[in-house]
Amino acid sequence: MIGFPILSLITFLPVLGMIIILFLKKEQTAVIKYTALAITALQVVLALVLLMNYNYSAAGVYEEKSFQFIEKFRWINITGISWLGTVKVDYFLGIDGLSMPMVILTALISFIATLSSWNINHSLKGYFALFLLLDTGMMGVFVSLDFFLFYIFWELMLLPMYFLIGIWGGPRKEYAAIKFFIYTLFGSVFMLLVMIGLYFSATETLADGSKVFTFNILQLMNSANYTADGILSSLNPNNMRFAAYIALFVGFAIKIPMFPFHTWLPDAHVEAPTPISVILAGVLLKMGTYGILRISYPVFPDVTKQLMWWIALFGVINIIYGALVALAQKDFKKLIAYSSVSHMGYVLLGMASLTSVGINGAIFQMFNHGTITAMLFLIVGVIYDRTHTRGLNDFGGLASQLPIYTGFVTVAFFAAIGLPSMSGFISEAFVFVGAFSIDAIRTLTIISTLGILLGAGYMLWTLQRIFFGPLNEKWANLKDLEFREYAMFIPLTIVIIFLGVYPSAMLNIMNTSVNSLVNLLSGNINITSISGF
Amino acid sequence: MSESLLINLSIIILFLPLAGFIKVVLFGKKFPKLYLLEVAIISIAFALSVFVMYSKLAYYNTKDIIGAFTWISTGNAPFSDVLNIELGIKIDNVTVIMLFVVNLISMLVHIYSIEYMRGDKRYTRYFSYLGIFTFSMLGIVLTHNLLMMYIFWELVGLSSYLLIGFWFEKKSAADAAKKAFIVNRIGDIGMFIGILILFTSYKTFTFDTIFAQIAAGNLPFGSSAWLTAAGILVFMGAVGKSAQFPLHVWLPDAMEGPTPVSALIHAATMVAAGVYLVTRIFVMLTADAMLVIAVVGAFTSLIAATIALTQNDIKKVLAYSTVSQLGYMIMSLGVGAYVFAFFHLVTHAFFKACLFLGSGSVIHSMHHEQDIRNMGGLKKKMPVTYWTFLISTIAISGVPLTSGFLSKDGILAGTLAFGKLTGHWLIPIIGFTVAALTAFYMFRLVILTFHGEPRDHHKFDHAHESPLVMIAPLAVLATLSIFIFYTPNPLSPDAGWFMSSWVKTPEQVTPVDTRFDFLKPSAENIHGGHHGEIVHSVLYTETMHWAHYPAMILSLVVAGLGILTAFMFYQWKKINVDKLIENKFTNALYRGSLNKWKIDEAYDATAINGTLQTGSGLSWFDQKIVDGAVNGSARLTRIVSKISGWFDTYAVDGFVNFTAFFSGFIGLSFRKLQTGKVQTYIVLVVFSVIILLLFFKPF
Amino acid sequence: MFQVGLTHFLVVSTILFSLGIYGIVTRKNAVMVLMGIELILNAANINFIAFAKYGNFGLNGQIIALFVIILAAAEAAIALAIVLNTYKTFSNVNVDEIDKLKE
Repeated sequence: MIGFPILSLITFLPVLGMIIILFLKKEQTAVIKYTALAITALQVVLALVLLMNYNYSAAGVYEEKSFQFIEKFRWINITGISWLGTVKVDYFLGIDGLSMPMVILTALISFIATLSSWNINHSLKGYFALFLLLDTGMMGVFVSLDFFLFYIFWELMLLPMYFLIGIWGGPRKEYAAIKFFIYTLFGSVFMLLVMIGLYFSATETLADGSKVFTFNILQLMNSANYTADGILSSLNPNNMRFAAYIALFVGFAIKIPMFPFHTWLPDAHVEAPTPISVILAGVLLKMGTYGILRISYPVFPDVTKQLMWWIALFGVINIIYGALVALAQKDFKKLIAYSSVSHMGYVLLGMASLTSVGINGAIFQMFNHGTITAMLFLIVGVIYDRTHTRGLNDFGGLASQLPIYTGFVTVAFFAAIGLPSMSGFISEAFVFVGAFSIDAIRTLTIISTLGILLGAGYMLWTLQRIFFGPLNEKWANLKDLEFREYAMFIPLTIVIIFLGVYPSAMLNIMNTSVNSLVNLLSGNINITSISGF
Repeated sequence: MSESLLINLSIIILFLPLAGFIKVVLFGKKFPKLYLLEVAIISIAFALSVFVMYSKLAYYNTKDIIGAFTWISTGNAPFSDVLNIELGIKIDNVTVIMLFVVNLISMLVHIYSIEYMRGDKRYTRYFSYLGIFTFSMLGIVLTHNLLMMYIFWELVGLSSYLLIGFWFEKKSAADAAKKAFIVNRIGDIGMFIGILILFTSYKTFTFDTIFAQIAAGNLPFGSSAWLTAAGILVFMGAVGKSAQFPLHVWLPDAMEGPTPVSALIHAATMVAAGVYLVTRIFVMLTADAMLVIAVVGAFTSLIAATIALTQNDIKKVLAYSTVSQLGYMIMSLGVGAYVFAFFHLVTHAFFKACLFLGSGSVIHSMHHEQDIRNMGGLKKKMPVTYWTFLISTIAISGVPLTSGFLSKDGILAGTLAFGKLTGHWLIPIIGFTVAALTAFYMFRLVILTFHGEPRDHHKFDHAHESPLVMIAPLAVLATLSIFIFYTPNPLSPDAGWFMSSWVKTPEQVTPVDTRFDFLKPSAENIHGGHHGEIVHSVLYTETMHWAHYPAMILSLVVAGLGILTAFMFYQWKKINVDKLIENKFTNALYRGSLNKWKIDEAYDATAINGTLQTGSGLSWFDQKIVDGAVNGSARLTRIVSKISGWFDTYAVDGFVNFTAFFSGFIGLSFRKLQTGKVQTYIVLVVFSVIILLLFFKPF
Repeated sequence: MFQVGLTHFLVVSTILFSLGIYGIVTRKNAVMVLMGIELILNAANINFIAFAKYGNFGLNGQIIALFVIILAAAEAAIALAIVLNTYKTFSNVNVDEIDKLKE
């Protein structure tokens, strides 16, 4: 174990960076950039430290003592307010196999996004300050184990995002920013409701034996903690668990984004500057699915089982619908945005299977989608920087002009198609294997395999329209990649191919926790028996 | 000579080409001579594969050598499914022969390409692509499980994509590459679902484990219908890769790639991977699945042969011929003639590679002219090309003393026996028809290209024999089309080592009641020798013997007929082709064949257009309806807020203001009472007290 | 025989009280208003003593009457001081014109 609070450090390091940047002068652009880069690089280092000290056999999920790098102390403690009793919120951080991949992903993508922010040319100081704040919000979501804290980080990330799109975005930035903000806030309201509902339904036994209402996610999983008259208690005859589950799910689904709540995504992506698109697709979308796995699934295992077919159905709709709509796009970035919708469908499908393989595949797909789609958006950014257009039909024949760039594009595109030897294949295959093994959703799984065909269709068509054919003379002077761009692409390429060849590196991290989660969902574990740790 | 040595050597053979690929990708720019390394690497791989083949066949003839390791393992928890995915290598006789074939042709194509591709601006990259192709193909050959098969299956798809689109500046090449990949994907989806069925049932991808489970009577989802489905679905992968109807449309287009690539990938090796896959899963095919396979193969061979009759592009003719021959192999597997299918795969690989490389030689010397109507008379200019081409043509037409005769004859005998045993006579009829058509169109090709008078004098004058590095591979391949390498008896393959000891039909593992009658084991042959040698019922063996001579004679007759007709049409001009074309009835057939029966157009109009239209429709739906709903609710909210804003200003706030105003008014009126004069107040107080007293009457 | 009873005392006190009220209400001079107040106080005193004489209250009535007399003296002293100050400020002691309170 590590002797210092590493999770707090990795979470709040960007805030430190933000403060440093705020003290810098506006004109010191280079210093600002390098500060941000150093901070995110340090975050990557910390993520690696976490990985090196990570215990692969600790399950986490519902068992506090097998969480790792725990930091827990009383944060808000208001004693004895009449009927409310003691109000208690813990500052409770910890990671397990569900969050570890996301922490690594967040660190990596933030670093890459910082590199791709080099071309931001106005209000640099504000940009990087907000960027780092966003980083903290994202990291916080993945490490917090207290619902209240989770919610705070969730909302914390919203605000900088709004400004980053709204100020540094494209022509319709205001529209996109407001749409993003309101849409996400709409979801948060549901989450807040459910959070409060859960709070008043479950109590936690403190060390002195007294019972207080709790936001602790782990305590909320324990059915013994629910009071009989709590609104979300399964003991309550008119319990609202079903409605609460759906409300919470909608809150998360908006972030994924799940059809029909996805339309903020293309707008946000098209208008956002490249690094923000990278963050958005690379990390933010994962928060939705992560939330489902971390909160919806273990807190409501009963409802989850009832609704698995529907989750799978929406997953399949996402896959097919996203792919078909992507096929019709004429804007490069919009196409990638819709491909994201399609790829996140695999995550939903894998999760819906409620099998170890399927959920492993889903989390792995979250990670892989993060790296692959980040790379795709970087690719769009590189070409947009040079040509200031994203129309798929404005290009042609770039392969002979930009051979190295084309090489990276080919890697990313084929990774997105799910070519074996790249990471995307393993996760998609796992999702299919998991989903196919469940009778109830087998037909849906077979339908969803069409997605890998359509995926090949739109990706290869795009590849052809932009890179093949005779060179469009307009672009005869384009320059191939520069050093900074190599630095963005090479790490991602290495990760994509390494995990494609040796997926166990990632699967081993999450496997124990996923098995534990599956056991919890299938009712094989009597969680009440391990209470009172 | 140990087993582990063979495994290790195979691994080296597998990864050598990949190493070459990586080197070229990383350093190709700096060292333009790196292609020589690539050629050297493939030669080493070939030498090793010869050694492996020899050792395997000589020392471990009847033993399968397997080396595997666990790649992914999940499920160390007590309650969840255990998932162990192994990667591994299985070396049996089929594997080593395929190793030899792939490496040999790959090496020859590498050597050939040194000259053919010289001067291309992406010269080194070309060799690196060949390297990754060879790697992927060897992966397919060596694998011992379905997942690895699928992985390498997709990787050959990738290398095929890269190589077809090698000259991507041409739109047609880029189109063809995309088409090849996507059409293959359709088949791959089927294959993937088939793999999923098997994996879900048996929790393993490994061939031998799956087969053992089936043999133990453990069927997927407990029913033989699912086993049939799994067989057909996995076969769909072969339909895509081996260009079977209805997914054959990509292969002719794939001829947009460089010709040596066509020879290596789209004639000899990759397209044969489909056949190889079916040989791998052969033992788990039920009678229904085999019938489907036979019918698909037969139909493909027929339809491709009819199209090949009228094509004018030298490579297109060969491409359709390839499709047709692949159909033959598939059909052969479907009718249970396993050995002959594999035999034909090998012989076809050599002579078709030779034909393609020969056509490349012609195209090279004619300055990229591919239309046979502009050729003719090249025999004098290019003797080596001509003779090798001719030998291969004779082989593919099934004339005795060639390898093609042996394998084709075997397939035809198989279909004949199948017809007699099951009553499906249509399949042998198609088989013989295709044999005649093949002989005809191949000789048409030879005559129009090499015989007669040159039709384009300008190009003819510049034509010349190709350099040594190009004709040497031709010579090697043509030599391998002669019977002597396979059997000492030119009329019967049975005597040859290939048939007698190397490749055996494996025993089916499917439940007995789902097999064809003739594949059921019978009492007489259960006592047969060692593992894997129990083959067919006595009935089948007898029928095969019965079919041998009729099939041979019949195939000779039809081949002769085909060749004769070709000479009558094009060499001696006894029958006027143009007149035939003008004839109303034959004209319809001619146009149908020339236009490839409009299959591409039909796909364009239905599947492709349909998908694109659905895409735009959904995109519209997404923008107008889904997003419209979002924006609409935003607008609605704004309207509501406007109304409530008005309400707030005028009603709520109005009420508040009114209250204030009212109080003010009251206050003003009462203010008058407040005179500030003490006496007034006192009067008021006194009177008030009096009134109160009167009112309450306290007394 | 005509006897003086409680009623007679009360009648006298009522007359005194009414005169006091009349004085307070009608006079404009602050001093006269003060004198009216004195009359009212004395009316009250008469009542106290009368009730003490005829009721069963012991000496309480007389004591309170004495108290009121002292109070009246003190009140008169303070009130006259106020009136003097009022005169200083407003140059008259006309209660009608001293209506600053109204503002």
